[in-house]
Amino acid sequence: MSGLFAVFKKELCDHFSSYRFVILFALIAMVSFITSYMAGIHMKENLEALAKTRFPFLMLFSSPGALFSMIQFVAFFGPLIGLILGFDSINRERAQGTLVKLVSQPIYRDAVINGKFLAGVATISVLLTSIVLVISGFGLALVGVVPGIEEIWRLLVYLLISIFYISFWLGISILFSIFFKGIATSALASVALWIFLSFFISLGAEVAANAVAPADSQNQTKPEIIVKNMRIKETVSLISPMVLYSKATEIIIDPMRKTTGSIIMMGPMEELLSSRFQNPLTLGQSMIVVFPHMTALIAITLICFAISYLVFLKQEIRT
Amino acid sequence: MDADTIIETVNLTKKYNQYEAVSNLNLKVKEGEIFGFLGPNGAGKTTTLLMLLGLSQPSGGSVKICGLDPLRKAKEVKRIVGYLPENVGFYEDLDAVQSLEYVASLNGIQKNKTEEKINELLELVGLVQDAHKKVGAFSRGMKQRLGIAEVLIKEPSILFLDELTLGLDPEGALRLIDLIHSLNQDKKITVLLCSHNLHQVQRISNRVGIMINGKMVAEGTITSLAKEKFGVGEKEYSLEEIYMEYFQEV
Repeated sequence: MSGLFAVFKKELCDHFSSYRFVILFALIAMVSFITSYMAGIHMKENLEALAKTRFPFLMLFSSPGALFSMIQFVAFFGPLIGLILGFDSINRERAQGTLVKLVSQPIYRDAVINGKFLAGVATISVLLTSIVLVISGFGLALVGVVPGIEEIWRLLVYLLISIFYISFWLGISILFSIFFKGIATSALASVALWIFLSFFISLGAEVAANAVAPADSQNQTKPEIIVKNMRIKETVSLISPMVLYSKATEIIIDPMRKTTGSIIMMGPMEELLSSRFQNPLTLGQSMIVVFPHMTALIAITLICFAISYLVFLKQEIRT
Repeated sequence: MDADTIIETVNLTKKYNQYEAVSNLNLKVKEGEIFGFLGPNGAGKTTTLLMLLGLSQPSGGSVKICGLDPLRKAKEVKRIVGYLPENVGFYEDLDAVQSLEYVASLNGIQKNKTEEKINELLELVGLVQDAHKKVGAFSRGMKQRLGIAEVLIKEPSILFLDELTLGLDPEGALRLIDLIHSLNQDKKITVLLCSHNLHQVQRISNRVGIMINGKMVAEGTITSLAKEKFGVGEKEYSLEEIYMEYFQEV
Protein backbone atom coordinates (compact mmCIF):
# COMPACT_ATOMS: atom_id res chain seq x y z
CA MET A 1 0.00 0.00 0.00
CA SER A 2 2.93 2.36 0.62
CA GLY A 3 3.74 2.29 -3.11
CA LEU A 4 0.18 3.10 -4.09
CA PHE A 5 -0.01 5.92 -1.57
CA ALA A 6 3.34 7.34 -2.70
CA VAL A 7 2.29 7.38 -6.37
CA PHE A 8 -1.14 8.79 -5.44
CA LYS A 9 0.39 11.58 -3.37
CA LYS A 10 2.91 12.51 -6.06
CA GLU A 11 0.25 12.56 -8.78
CA LEU A 12 -2.11 14.62 -6.67
CA CYS A 13 0.64 17.17 -5.99
CA ASP A 14 1.45 17.25 -9.71
CA HIS A 15 -2.18 17.85 -10.67
CA PHE A 16 -2.75 20.62 -8.18
CA SER A 17 0.50 22.40 -8.93
CA SER A 18 0.28 22.17 -12.71
CA TYR A 19 -0.64 25.21 -14.80
CA ARG A 20 -2.83 22.89 -16.82
CA PHE A 21 -5.06 22.23 -13.82
CA VAL A 22 -5.11 25.84 -12.64
CA ILE A 23 -6.15 27.09 -16.09
CA LEU A 24 -8.79 24.38 -16.42
CA PHE A 25 -10.15 25.04 -12.96
CA ALA A 26 -10.28 28.78 -13.54
CA LEU A 27 -12.06 28.28 -16.87
CA ILE A 28 -14.65 25.88 -15.51
CA ALA A 29 -15.20 27.92 -12.36
CA MET A 30 -15.69 31.06 -14.45
CA VAL A 31 -18.20 29.46 -16.83
CA SER A 32 -20.08 27.81 -13.95
CA PHE A 33 -20.15 31.10 -12.11
CA ILE A 34 -21.54 32.94 -15.13
CA THR A 35 -24.07 30.19 -15.81
CA SER A 36 -25.38 30.15 -12.26
CA TYR A 37 -25.37 33.96 -12.14
CA MET A 38 -27.55 34.07 -15.23
CA ALA A 39 -29.80 31.38 -13.76
CA GLY A 40 -29.97 33.32 -10.49
CA ILE A 41 -30.88 36.56 -12.23
CA HIS A 42 -33.53 34.73 -14.21
CA MET A 43 -34.94 33.26 -10.99
CA LYS A 44 -34.92 36.65 -9.26
CA GLU A 45 -36.90 38.19 -12.11
CA ASN A 46 -39.51 35.47 -11.81
CA LEU A 47 -39.86 35.40 -8.04
CA GLU A 48 -43.60 34.85 -8.21
CA ALA A 49 -43.28 31.69 -10.26
CA LEU A 50 -40.40 30.67 -8.05
CA ALA A 51 -42.60 30.81 -4.97
CA LYS A 52 -44.68 28.01 -6.44
CA THR A 53 -41.68 25.83 -7.13
CA ARG A 54 -40.94 23.12 -4.59
CA PHE A 55 -37.18 22.98 -5.22
CA PRO A 56 -36.02 26.45 -6.27
CA PHE A 57 -32.45 25.89 -5.16
CA LEU A 58 -31.87 23.08 -7.65
CA MET A 59 -32.93 25.42 -10.44
CA LEU A 60 -29.54 27.10 -10.10
CA PHE A 61 -28.09 23.94 -11.64
CA SER A 62 -30.87 22.97 -14.03
CA SER A 63 -32.20 26.20 -15.50
CA PRO A 64 -30.29 27.54 -18.48
CA GLY A 65 -28.71 30.93 -18.10
CA ALA A 66 -27.76 32.68 -21.31
CA LEU A 67 -26.77 29.56 -23.22
CA PHE A 68 -26.85 26.44 -21.12
CA SER A 69 -27.43 25.13 -17.63
CA MET A 70 -24.73 23.92 -15.26
CA ILE A 71 -25.77 20.32 -15.99
CA GLN A 72 -25.47 20.83 -19.74
CA PHE A 73 -22.12 22.53 -19.32
CA VAL A 74 -20.66 19.63 -17.31
CA ALA A 75 -22.15 17.13 -19.78
CA PHE A 76 -20.47 18.85 -22.75
CA PHE A 77 -17.19 20.07 -21.33
CA GLY A 78 -16.71 17.94 -18.20
CA PRO A 79 -15.03 15.19 -20.25
CA LEU A 80 -12.24 17.64 -21.08
CA ILE A 81 -11.23 17.64 -17.40
CA GLY A 82 -10.81 13.86 -17.44
CA LEU A 83 -9.00 13.89 -20.76
CA ILE A 84 -6.62 16.66 -19.77
CA LEU A 85 -5.77 14.98 -16.47
CA GLY A 86 -4.91 11.61 -18.01
CA PHE A 87 -3.85 11.82 -21.65
CA ASP A 88 -0.12 11.74 -20.84
CA SER A 89 -0.09 9.87 -17.54
CA ILE A 90 1.77 6.77 -18.70
CA ASN A 91 3.45 7.74 -21.96
CA ARG A 92 5.06 10.81 -20.39
CA GLU A 93 6.63 8.59 -17.74
CA ARG A 94 7.82 6.30 -20.52
CA ALA A 95 9.19 9.18 -22.60
CA GLN A 96 11.12 10.79 -19.75
CA GLY A 97 12.48 7.44 -18.57
CA THR A 98 10.83 7.48 -15.16
CA LEU A 99 8.50 4.53 -15.77
CA VAL A 100 11.29 1.96 -15.59
CA LYS A 101 12.59 3.67 -12.46
CA LEU A 102 9.14 3.53 -10.89
CA VAL A 103 8.51 -0.13 -11.63
CA SER A 104 11.98 -1.16 -10.49
CA GLN A 105 11.09 0.03 -6.99
CA PRO A 106 9.66 -2.54 -4.56
CA ILE A 107 6.04 -1.82 -5.43
CA TYR A 108 3.51 -3.84 -7.38
CA ARG A 109 3.21 -2.65 -10.94
CA ASP A 110 -0.50 -1.95 -10.52
CA ALA A 111 0.31 0.62 -7.83
CA VAL A 112 1.43 2.93 -10.65
CA ILE A 113 -1.83 2.82 -12.60
CA ASN A 114 -4.04 2.64 -9.50
CA GLY A 115 -2.25 5.61 -7.96
CA LYS A 116 -2.59 7.65 -11.13
CA PHE A 117 -6.27 6.82 -11.60
CA LEU A 118 -7.17 7.47 -7.96
CA ALA A 119 -5.27 10.76 -7.96
CA GLY A 120 -7.19 11.78 -11.09
CA VAL A 121 -10.51 10.83 -9.48
CA ALA A 122 -9.57 12.74 -6.31
CA THR A 123 -8.69 15.81 -8.39
CA ILE A 124 -11.99 15.59 -10.28
CA SER A 125 -13.87 15.21 -6.99
CA VAL A 126 -12.19 18.23 -5.44
CA LEU A 127 -12.78 20.31 -8.56
CA LEU A 128 -16.47 19.44 -8.90
CA THR A 129 -17.23 19.66 -5.20
CA SER A 130 -15.67 23.07 -4.90
CA ILE A 131 -17.56 24.33 -7.96
CA VAL A 132 -20.88 23.00 -6.64
CA LEU A 133 -20.16 24.58 -3.25
CA VAL A 134 -19.24 27.91 -4.81
CA ILE A 135 -22.41 27.91 -6.93
CA SER A 136 -24.49 26.95 -3.89
CA GLY A 137 -23.01 29.74 -1.80
CA PHE A 138 -23.42 32.16 -4.63
CA GLY A 139 -27.02 31.04 -5.12
CA LEU A 140 -27.75 31.54 -1.43
CA ALA A 141 -26.50 35.07 -1.61
CA LEU A 142 -28.13 35.92 -4.92
CA VAL A 143 -31.54 34.27 -4.64
CA GLY A 144 -31.79 34.03 -0.87
CA VAL A 145 -33.21 30.53 -0.92
CA VAL A 146 -31.87 27.99 1.56
CA PRO A 147 -31.63 24.42 0.24
CA GLY A 148 -33.59 21.71 2.02
CA ILE A 149 -32.26 18.30 3.02
CA GLU A 150 -33.80 16.70 -0.07
CA GLU A 151 -32.05 19.23 -2.30
CA ILE A 152 -28.70 18.65 -0.59
CA TRP A 153 -29.05 14.89 -1.08
CA ARG A 154 -29.94 15.40 -4.72
CA LEU A 155 -26.86 17.60 -5.18
CA LEU A 156 -24.70 14.91 -3.59
CA VAL A 157 -26.06 12.26 -5.97
CA TYR A 158 -25.56 14.66 -8.87
CA LEU A 159 -21.98 15.19 -7.73
CA LEU A 160 -21.38 11.45 -7.52
CA ILE A 161 -22.75 10.81 -11.02
CA SER A 162 -20.66 13.68 -12.37
CA ILE A 163 -17.51 12.27 -10.76
CA PHE A 164 -18.14 8.88 -12.36
CA TYR A 165 -18.89 10.50 -15.72
CA ILE A 166 -15.67 12.50 -15.79
CA SER A 167 -13.73 9.54 -14.36
CA PHE A 168 -14.87 7.53 -17.38
CA TRP A 169 -13.09 10.04 -19.60
CA LEU A 170 -10.08 9.95 -17.31
CA GLY A 171 -10.02 6.17 -17.78
CA ILE A 172 -10.23 6.58 -21.56
CA SER A 173 -7.33 9.03 -21.62
CA ILE A 174 -5.20 6.81 -19.37
CA LEU A 175 -5.96 3.87 -21.66
CA PHE A 176 -4.79 5.86 -24.69
CA SER A 177 -1.69 6.99 -22.83
CA ILE A 178 -0.85 3.30 -22.38
CA PHE A 179 -1.65 2.37 -25.99
CA PHE A 180 0.12 5.24 -27.71
CA LYS A 181 3.75 6.13 -27.22
CA GLY A 182 3.34 9.68 -28.49
CA ILE A 183 1.77 12.16 -26.08
CA ALA A 184 0.25 14.16 -28.95
CA THR A 185 -1.23 10.98 -30.44
CA SER A 186 -2.92 9.97 -27.21
CA ALA A 187 -4.28 13.50 -26.72
CA LEU A 188 -5.63 13.55 -30.26
CA ALA A 189 -7.17 10.09 -29.97
CA SER A 190 -8.87 11.03 -26.69
CA VAL A 191 -10.33 14.23 -28.11
CA ALA A 192 -11.44 12.41 -31.28
CA LEU A 193 -13.30 9.81 -29.21
CA TRP A 194 -14.87 12.55 -27.09
CA ILE A 195 -16.12 14.37 -30.20
CA PHE A 196 -17.38 11.13 -31.71
CA LEU A 197 -19.22 9.89 -28.61
CA SER A 198 -20.57 13.27 -27.59
CA PHE A 199 -21.56 14.83 -30.88
CA PHE A 200 -21.64 12.33 -33.70
CA ILE A 201 -23.59 9.60 -31.93
CA SER A 202 -26.74 11.75 -31.97
CA LEU A 203 -26.33 12.23 -35.74
CA GLY A 204 -25.74 8.51 -36.14
CA ALA A 205 -28.85 7.80 -34.05
CA GLU A 206 -30.90 10.01 -36.35
CA VAL A 207 -29.54 8.30 -39.44
CA ALA A 208 -30.17 4.83 -37.99
CA ALA A 209 -33.70 5.73 -36.89
CA ASN A 210 -34.58 7.22 -40.27
CA ALA A 211 -33.15 4.23 -42.07
CA VAL A 212 -35.18 1.71 -40.05
CA ALA A 213 -38.36 3.74 -39.52
CA PRO A 214 -38.44 6.79 -41.79
CA ALA A 215 -40.50 9.56 -40.21
CA ASP A 216 -41.08 12.36 -42.66
CA SER A 217 -42.14 15.66 -41.11
CA GLN A 218 -43.55 16.91 -44.44
CA ASN A 219 -45.86 13.97 -45.04
CA GLN A 220 -48.15 12.42 -42.53
CA THR A 221 -46.45 9.50 -40.91
CA LYS A 222 -48.20 6.84 -38.88
CA PRO A 223 -47.89 7.39 -35.11
CA GLU A 224 -46.40 3.90 -34.70
CA ILE A 225 -43.63 4.77 -37.13
CA ILE A 226 -42.89 8.01 -35.25
CA VAL A 227 -42.74 6.13 -31.95
CA LYS A 228 -40.49 3.47 -33.51
CA ASN A 229 -38.27 6.18 -34.96
CA MET A 230 -38.02 7.92 -31.58
CA ARG A 231 -37.33 4.65 -29.78
CA ILE A 232 -34.48 3.73 -32.13
CA LYS A 233 -33.06 7.23 -31.84
CA GLU A 234 -33.15 7.14 -28.05
CA THR A 235 -31.71 3.63 -27.87
CA VAL A 236 -28.81 4.36 -30.24
CA SER A 237 -28.03 7.66 -28.55
CA LEU A 238 -27.59 5.81 -25.23
CA ILE A 239 -24.21 4.63 -26.59
CA SER A 240 -23.03 8.14 -25.79
CA PRO A 241 -21.89 8.59 -22.17
CA MET A 242 -22.98 12.20 -22.49
CA VAL A 243 -26.59 11.15 -23.14
CA LEU A 244 -26.47 8.68 -20.23
CA TYR A 245 -25.13 11.39 -17.96
CA SER A 246 -27.53 14.09 -19.13
CA LYS A 247 -30.59 11.90 -18.69
CA ALA A 248 -29.47 10.68 -15.27
CA THR A 249 -28.64 14.13 -13.90
CA GLU A 250 -31.70 15.87 -15.35
CA ILE A 251 -33.95 13.48 -13.44
CA ILE A 252 -31.91 13.74 -10.25
CA ILE A 253 -31.76 17.53 -10.26
CA ASP A 254 -35.36 18.07 -11.37
CA PRO A 255 -37.80 16.14 -9.12
CA MET A 256 -40.73 17.14 -11.34
CA ARG A 257 -39.36 15.08 -14.21
CA LYS A 258 -40.66 11.56 -14.08
CA THR A 259 -39.27 9.90 -17.15
CA THR A 260 -36.10 9.93 -19.22
CA GLY A 261 -38.06 9.41 -22.43
CA SER A 262 -39.99 11.97 -24.44
CA ILE A 263 -43.74 12.55 -24.04
CA ILE A 264 -44.42 10.82 -27.37
CA MET A 265 -42.80 7.67 -26.00
CA MET A 266 -45.06 7.52 -22.94
CA GLY A 267 -47.43 4.60 -22.75
CA PRO A 268 -51.12 5.21 -21.87
CA MET A 269 -50.62 4.19 -18.21
CA GLU A 270 -47.60 6.39 -17.88
CA GLU A 271 -49.50 9.34 -19.35
CA LEU A 272 -52.40 8.72 -16.99
CA LEU A 273 -50.09 8.53 -13.97
CA SER A 274 -48.24 11.70 -14.81
CA SER A 275 -51.49 13.63 -15.35
CA ARG A 276 -53.03 12.34 -12.10
CA PHE A 277 -50.01 12.72 -9.84
CA GLN A 278 -48.50 16.17 -10.02
CA ASN A 279 -46.29 15.78 -6.95
CA PRO A 280 -42.53 15.67 -7.39
CA LEU A 281 -40.69 12.38 -7.13
CA THR A 282 -38.76 11.54 -4.01
CA LEU A 283 -35.02 11.10 -4.41
CA GLY A 284 -35.40 7.33 -4.16
CA GLN A 285 -37.99 7.32 -6.94
CA SER A 286 -35.84 9.56 -9.13
CA MET A 287 -32.92 7.20 -8.59
CA ILE A 288 -35.06 4.23 -9.62
CA VAL A 289 -36.01 6.04 -12.84
CA VAL A 290 -32.34 6.60 -13.77
CA PHE A 291 -30.96 3.45 -12.21
CA PRO A 292 -30.10 1.90 -15.62
CA HIS A 293 -28.32 5.06 -16.70
CA MET A 294 -26.36 5.35 -13.45
CA THR A 295 -25.42 1.66 -13.53
CA ALA A 296 -24.31 1.94 -17.15
CA LEU A 297 -22.16 4.99 -16.36
CA ILE A 298 -20.49 3.29 -13.40
CA ALA A 299 -20.03 0.09 -15.43
CA ILE A 300 -18.35 1.78 -18.42
CA THR A 301 -16.05 3.69 -16.06
CA LEU A 302 -14.97 0.51 -14.31
CA ILE A 303 -14.66 -1.46 -17.57
CA CYS A 304 -12.52 1.27 -19.08
CA PHE A 305 -10.22 1.31 -16.06
CA ALA A 306 -10.08 -2.50 -16.00
CA ILE A 307 -8.91 -2.54 -19.64
CA SER A 308 -6.22 0.07 -18.87
CA TYR A 309 -5.15 -1.97 -15.87
CA LEU A 310 -4.82 -5.21 -17.82
CA VAL A 311 -3.04 -3.65 -20.78
CA PHE A 312 -0.58 -1.88 -18.48
CA LEU A 313 0.20 -5.01 -16.49
CA LYS A 314 0.71 -7.08 -19.65
CA GLN A 315 2.89 -4.50 -21.37
CA GLU A 316 6.59 -5.21 -21.71
CA ILE A 317 8.81 -2.70 -19.93
CA ARG A 318 11.59 -1.42 -22.20
CA THR A 319 14.19 1.19 -21.40
CA MET B 1 22.57 -22.77 -6.47
CA ASP B 2 25.91 -22.44 -4.66
CA ALA B 3 25.94 -20.78 -1.27
CA ASP B 4 27.88 -17.74 -2.48
CA THR B 5 26.05 -17.37 -5.81
CA ILE B 6 23.73 -14.38 -5.62
CA ILE B 7 22.57 -14.18 -9.27
CA GLU B 8 21.99 -17.29 -11.35
CA THR B 9 20.38 -17.79 -14.72
CA VAL B 10 19.83 -21.17 -16.36
CA ASN B 11 19.21 -21.25 -20.12
CA LEU B 12 17.64 -17.83 -19.90
CA THR B 13 16.04 -16.93 -23.23
CA LYS B 14 14.07 -13.95 -24.47
CA LYS B 15 12.37 -13.91 -27.85
CA TYR B 16 10.59 -11.02 -29.55
CA ASN B 17 8.54 -12.85 -32.19
CA GLN B 18 11.24 -14.71 -34.16
CA TYR B 19 14.13 -12.59 -32.92
CA GLU B 20 16.09 -14.09 -30.06
CA ALA B 21 17.39 -11.20 -27.95
CA VAL B 22 18.89 -13.47 -25.28
CA SER B 23 19.71 -17.07 -26.03
CA ASN B 24 20.23 -19.78 -23.39
CA LEU B 25 22.15 -17.54 -21.01
CA ASN B 26 23.86 -19.33 -18.13
CA LEU B 27 25.27 -16.82 -15.72
CA LYS B 28 26.50 -16.98 -12.15
CA VAL B 29 27.53 -13.95 -10.15
CA LYS B 30 28.99 -14.43 -6.71
CA GLU B 31 28.20 -12.36 -3.67
CA GLY B 32 30.40 -9.31 -3.26
CA GLU B 33 31.94 -9.34 -6.72
CA ILE B 34 31.86 -6.75 -9.49
CA PHE B 35 30.84 -8.46 -12.70
CA GLY B 36 31.50 -6.58 -15.93
CA PHE B 37 28.77 -7.34 -18.43
CA LEU B 38 30.13 -6.45 -21.85
CA GLY B 39 28.86 -6.50 -25.38
CA PRO B 40 28.02 -4.30 -28.34
CA ASN B 41 24.72 -2.41 -28.66
CA GLY B 42 21.80 -4.79 -29.09
CA ALA B 43 23.71 -7.73 -27.59
CA GLY B 44 20.93 -8.33 -25.03
CA LYS B 45 22.52 -6.90 -21.89
CA THR B 46 19.66 -4.59 -20.95
CA THR B 47 17.08 -7.25 -21.78
CA THR B 48 18.93 -9.59 -19.43
CA LEU B 49 18.91 -6.97 -16.66
CA LEU B 50 15.15 -6.44 -17.11
CA MET B 51 14.58 -10.20 -16.84
CA LEU B 52 16.78 -10.36 -13.74
CA LEU B 53 14.58 -7.69 -12.18
CA GLY B 54 11.35 -9.40 -13.19
CA LEU B 55 10.32 -6.47 -15.40
CA SER B 56 10.42 -8.60 -18.53
CA GLN B 57 9.12 -12.13 -18.73
CA PRO B 58 11.64 -14.67 -20.06
CA SER B 59 10.58 -16.82 -23.01
CA GLY B 60 12.49 -19.71 -21.49
CA GLY B 61 14.88 -20.69 -18.71
CA SER B 62 14.99 -19.47 -15.15
CA VAL B 63 16.41 -16.69 -12.98
CA LYS B 64 17.25 -16.69 -9.31
CA ILE B 65 18.26 -13.61 -7.34
CA CYS B 66 19.34 -14.57 -3.81
CA GLY B 67 17.38 -17.76 -4.41
CA LEU B 68 14.21 -15.82 -5.33
CA ASP B 69 12.34 -15.96 -8.62
CA PRO B 70 11.94 -12.31 -9.76
CA LEU B 71 8.64 -13.05 -11.48
CA ARG B 72 7.00 -14.66 -8.48
CA LYS B 73 8.71 -12.61 -5.79
CA ALA B 74 9.00 -9.34 -7.69
CA LYS B 75 8.64 -7.08 -4.69
CA GLU B 76 11.18 -8.96 -2.59
CA VAL B 77 13.71 -9.01 -5.44
CA LYS B 78 13.25 -5.30 -6.14
CA ARG B 79 13.79 -4.60 -2.47
CA ILE B 80 17.32 -6.04 -2.61
CA VAL B 81 18.26 -4.91 -6.12
CA GLY B 82 18.98 -1.34 -7.10
CA TYR B 83 18.75 -0.68 -10.83
CA LEU B 84 20.13 2.34 -12.62
CA PRO B 85 19.02 2.25 -16.27
CA GLU B 86 21.06 3.59 -19.18
CA ASN B 87 18.84 6.62 -19.71
CA VAL B 88 17.61 7.18 -16.22
CA GLY B 89 14.74 9.63 -16.07
CA PHE B 90 13.95 12.21 -13.43
CA TYR B 91 11.03 14.45 -12.58
CA GLU B 92 12.73 17.63 -13.63
CA ASP B 93 10.49 19.91 -11.59
CA LEU B 94 11.60 18.28 -8.34
CA ASP B 95 14.84 19.07 -6.57
CA ALA B 96 17.37 16.44 -5.48
CA VAL B 97 15.92 16.11 -1.98
CA GLN B 98 12.35 15.80 -3.27
CA SER B 99 13.44 13.14 -5.80
CA LEU B 100 15.08 11.13 -3.04
CA GLU B 101 12.08 11.59 -0.77
CA TYR B 102 9.80 10.22 -3.47
CA VAL B 103 12.00 7.16 -4.03
CA ALA B 104 12.19 6.67 -0.26
CA SER B 105 8.40 6.75 0.00
CA LEU B 106 8.13 4.20 -2.83
CA ASN B 107 10.47 1.99 -0.83
CA GLY B 108 8.35 2.38 2.28
CA ILE B 109 11.15 4.03 4.26
CA GLN B 110 9.83 5.72 7.38
CA LYS B 111 9.71 9.50 7.28
CA ASN B 112 11.86 9.99 10.38
CA LYS B 113 14.69 7.98 8.81
CA THR B 114 14.42 9.54 5.36
CA GLU B 115 16.02 12.91 6.12
CA GLU B 116 19.08 11.40 7.72
CA LYS B 117 19.52 8.93 4.87
CA ILE B 118 19.13 11.61 2.23
CA ASN B 119 21.78 13.81 3.82
CA GLU B 120 24.11 10.85 4.05
CA LEU B 121 23.60 9.91 0.41
CA LEU B 122 23.92 13.45 -0.89
CA GLU B 123 27.21 13.65 0.95
CA LEU B 124 28.33 10.34 -0.53
CA VAL B 125 27.57 11.33 -4.14
CA GLY B 126 28.76 14.90 -3.68
CA LEU B 127 25.50 16.71 -4.24
CA VAL B 128 25.11 18.49 -0.89
CA GLN B 129 25.58 21.91 -2.50
CA ASP B 130 22.90 21.14 -5.08
CA ALA B 131 20.40 19.51 -2.76
CA HIS B 132 17.69 22.08 -3.42
CA LYS B 133 18.43 22.69 -7.09
CA LYS B 134 15.83 21.48 -9.62
CA VAL B 135 16.91 18.26 -11.30
CA GLY B 136 16.11 19.87 -14.66
CA ALA B 137 19.12 22.12 -14.13
CA PHE B 138 21.48 19.22 -13.36
CA SER B 139 24.27 18.15 -15.71
CA ARG B 140 24.35 14.55 -16.91
CA GLY B 141 27.05 13.68 -14.38
CA MET B 142 25.01 15.16 -11.53
CA LYS B 143 21.96 13.23 -12.69
CA GLN B 144 23.93 10.00 -12.71
CA ARG B 145 25.14 10.69 -9.18
CA LEU B 146 21.60 11.45 -8.08
CA GLY B 147 20.53 8.21 -9.77
CA ILE B 148 23.09 6.32 -7.67
CA ALA B 149 21.80 8.01 -4.53
CA GLU B 150 18.28 6.93 -5.49
CA VAL B 151 19.25 3.29 -5.90
CA LEU B 152 21.26 3.34 -2.68
CA ILE B 153 18.44 4.71 -0.54
CA LYS B 154 16.91 1.25 -0.18
CA GLU B 155 20.30 -0.16 0.94
CA PRO B 156 20.44 -2.80 -1.79
CA SER B 157 22.71 -5.82 -1.69
CA ILE B 158 22.92 -5.94 -5.50
CA LEU B 159 23.37 -3.11 -8.01
CA PHE B 160 22.55 -3.31 -11.71
CA LEU B 161 24.27 -0.44 -13.47
CA ASP B 162 23.57 0.03 -17.16
CA GLU B 163 26.07 2.28 -18.96
CA LEU B 164 26.80 4.23 -15.82
CA THR B 165 29.39 6.55 -17.32
CA LEU B 166 27.86 7.07 -20.75
CA GLY B 167 28.24 10.67 -21.89
CA LEU B 168 30.29 11.75 -18.90
CA ASP B 169 33.59 13.59 -19.00
CA PRO B 170 36.63 11.43 -18.04
CA GLU B 171 36.98 13.00 -14.61
CA GLY B 172 33.29 12.57 -13.77
CA ALA B 173 33.32 9.00 -15.07
CA LEU B 174 36.35 8.16 -12.96
CA ARG B 175 34.71 9.58 -9.85
CA LEU B 176 31.65 7.44 -10.40
CA ILE B 177 33.66 4.30 -11.05
CA ASP B 178 35.65 4.91 -7.86
CA LEU B 179 32.40 5.44 -5.98
CA ILE B 180 31.05 2.10 -7.19
CA HIS B 181 34.31 0.42 -6.27
CA SER B 182 34.22 1.87 -2.76
CA LEU B 183 30.57 0.80 -2.33
CA ASN B 184 31.58 -2.71 -3.31
CA GLN B 185 34.53 -2.70 -0.92
CA ASP B 186 32.90 -0.97 2.06
CA LYS B 187 29.32 -2.20 1.90
CA LYS B 188 29.97 -5.50 0.12
CA ILE B 189 27.44 -4.67 -2.57
CA THR B 190 27.46 -7.03 -5.54
CA VAL B 191 27.62 -5.07 -8.79
CA LEU B 192 26.57 -6.07 -12.30
CA LEU B 193 28.10 -3.41 -14.48
CA CYS B 194 27.08 -3.09 -18.14
CA SER B 195 29.44 -0.82 -20.01
CA HIS B 196 31.12 -0.09 -23.32
CA ASN B 197 34.01 1.53 -21.52
CA LEU B 198 36.29 -1.47 -21.25
CA HIS B 199 39.05 0.45 -19.51
CA GLN B 200 36.74 1.33 -16.63
CA VAL B 201 35.38 -2.21 -16.40
CA GLN B 202 38.92 -3.61 -16.29
CA ARG B 203 39.76 -1.18 -13.50
CA ILE B 204 37.17 -2.46 -11.04
CA SER B 205 35.73 -5.81 -12.22
CA ASN B 206 36.56 -9.15 -10.62
CA ARG B 207 35.11 -11.07 -13.56
CA VAL B 208 33.63 -10.20 -16.92
CA GLY B 209 31.18 -11.76 -19.35
CA ILE B 210 31.11 -10.96 -23.06
CA MET B 211 27.74 -11.16 -24.71
CA ILE B 212 27.32 -10.95 -28.47
CA ASN B 213 24.07 -11.46 -30.38
CA GLY B 214 22.26 -12.66 -27.27
CA LYS B 215 24.85 -15.32 -26.44
CA MET B 216 27.46 -15.30 -23.72
CA VAL B 217 30.64 -16.02 -25.67
CA ALA B 218 33.09 -15.72 -22.81
CA GLU B 219 33.03 -15.51 -19.04
CA GLY B 220 35.75 -15.39 -16.41
CA THR B 221 38.49 -13.25 -14.96
CA ILE B 222 40.38 -11.03 -17.37
CA THR B 223 43.53 -13.14 -16.88
CA SER B 224 41.72 -16.38 -17.65
CA LEU B 225 40.14 -14.92 -20.79
CA ALA B 226 43.51 -13.62 -21.94
CA LYS B 227 45.00 -17.07 -21.42
CA GLU B 228 42.16 -18.65 -23.35
CA LYS B 229 42.62 -16.33 -26.32
CA PHE B 230 46.32 -15.62 -26.39
CA GLY B 231 47.85 -18.40 -24.33
CA VAL B 232 50.42 -17.94 -21.58
CA GLY B 233 52.97 -15.25 -22.33
CA GLU B 234 54.93 -12.34 -20.96
CA LYS B 235 52.55 -9.69 -22.29
CA GLU B 236 49.63 -8.47 -20.17
CA TYR B 237 46.60 -8.04 -22.38
CA SER B 238 44.03 -5.33 -21.94
CA LEU B 239 40.32 -6.11 -21.78
CA GLU B 240 39.90 -4.19 -25.02
CA GLU B 241 42.26 -6.52 -26.88
CA ILE B 242 40.52 -9.57 -25.45
CA TYR B 243 37.08 -8.19 -26.25
CA MET B 244 38.02 -7.38 -29.85
CA GLU B 245 39.42 -10.86 -30.32
CA TYR B 246 36.11 -12.41 -29.24
CA PHE B 247 34.10 -9.89 -31.20
CA GLN B 248 35.99 -10.53 -34.46
CA GLU B 249 35.69 -14.27 -33.95
CA VAL B 250 31.88 -14.06 -33.79
